[in-house]
Amino acid sequence: MDILFSSVKELVSLAETQNKPISEIMIEQEVLLTRRSREEIIAQMERNLTVMEQAVEQGLKGVKSTSGLTGGDAVLLQQYIASGKSLSGDLILDAVSKAVATNEVNAAMGMICATPTAGAAGIVPGTLFAVKNKLNPTREQMINYLFTSGAFGFVVANNASISGAAGGCQAETGSAASMAAAAIVEMAGGTPQQSAEAFSIVMKNMLGLVCDPVAGLVEVPCVKRNAMGAAKALVGADMALAGVVSRIPTDEVIEAMHRIGQTMPSALRETAKGGLAATPTGKALEAEIFGKDKSARDTVKS
Amino acid sequence: MKFRSVFEIIGPVMIGPSSSHTAGAARIGRVARDLFGRQPEWARIHLYGSFAETYKGHGTDVAIIGGLLDYDTHDERIKTAFEDAAKAGMTFEFIPEEEEAEHPNTARVVIGDGKGEMELVGISIGGGTMEVTELNGFPLRLSGHYPALLVVHDDRAGVIAGVSNVIAEQGMNIAHMEVGRKEKGKMALMVIEVDQIFDETLINQLQSLPNVTQVSTLAN
Repeated sequence: MDILFSSVKELVSLAETQNKPISEIMIEQEVLLTRRSREEIIAQMERNLTVMEQAVEQGLKGVKSTSGLTGGDAVLLQQYIASGKSLSGDLILDAVSKAVATNEVNAAMGMICATPTAGAAGIVPGTLFAVKNKLNPTREQMINYLFTSGAFGFVVANNASISGAAGGCQAETGSAASMAAAAIVEMAGGTPQQSAEAFSIVMKNMLGLVCDPVAGLVEVPCVKRNAMGAAKALVGADMALAGVVSRIPTDEVIEAMHRIGQTMPSALRETAKGGLAATPTGKALEAEIFGKDKSARDTVKS
Repeated sequence: MKFRSVFEIIGPVMIGPSSSHTAGAARIGRVARDLFGRQPEWARIHLYGSFAETYKGHGTDVAIIGGLLDYDTHDERIKTAFEDAAKAGMTFEFIPEEEEAEHPNTARVVIGDGKGEMELVGISIGGGTMEVTELNGFPLRLSGHYPALLVVHDDRAGVIAGVSNVIAEQGMNIAHMEVGRKEKGKMALMVIEVDQIFDETLINQLQSLPNVTQVSTLAN
């Protein structure tokens, strides 16, 4: 089977030698592997972009999940930005609020686009729609943002994991934040190598993050991990654009993430048995949601 | 290479909250229904690992039932799948298992009606992507990336050649093929992934071949 790249090293080297952005290499590989036309592929990505826009819009209006655990924080954040008192900066907080908006919609069983997963779906669109206000990209550049994110995610999914049950939250929000950082760099005019550096810088700060959802719901702490993932993506991108490099090459960082995931105990891999899920409050919330003495794993019958 | 498309990373468009536990689960249910070829009357679903521990919170149960009702990952009706199943006359049961499966997100889907029964094991490997690892006791690897033909046949010389001849005569290219059997000389299963969508003619031709007992299909 023909494949253009299976590592970040190959991806960056292709982009550099052919003098093309990473998004373009991803589009070319998609044409090659799926034998669909370039137009069809770009049109599908634009549809995904539209779904992301709608989810952010919906979340910024305020939603509430069935369990009542999450919802409404995106609205609070927007009100705070409008007050002009933000300390960390309006752009970062805008990204945070839009990431939260997406995940609040996801928790309320609304329609979202997984990037790379549903639990981590806030970070890529959250950063995109915040950076958009500063960089004024064309629609095409916004679509390319998604292809660049996808190119890095593709390497992670095939060489490590993007599943919380297999690799913990580092594999989900960790991957999403690192993918977003790489895409921000490209949109801001950075080089392919700088995208890779941004990816590494962010992923190194996500290593070891466990998946410990309270009551097994994609709500606590997932929504806030998307918030912080968006903030880290922006800071990581800025660091790479400033010329900071990672001492450990990107593919080795991905390999480290994979090995950490494999040695993570199953209680910390989306089983709701450890971490925050196992705290007294986490347990109490679970009992409240599923009824006293009931758990997320009891038999269900029609 | 488990992931082949950028849309497995940026996608699928889906109803939340989890790509592996909701979207991947819906796809497992839908592939099971596709292979069964009709709406089952009953379903018994055994869940393992993370699926067993967190399926209620993730809506894994409504998603699998939604899949069995032929709903796609972004179909809003997933939310009302339990009620819809009752209306469609399908009963179901979810059984969380204690034992560990090879993959943390594993479901064993047993479905049937007055005419027959089918058992499928599906794993959800992340981001909404799934694989079928077992069908009616046959180990296999089916990704759902391509349209696929599943041919149950007697383990005799020449059956594979017969099947591949029919496919070649239709001008179709085989992308991936796997043959497995439980016991020498007994029943065997051929899994053939092809590049193009196939039609009824091909299926009928395959069904009429000697030693072929059943042909199921998976449209892409």
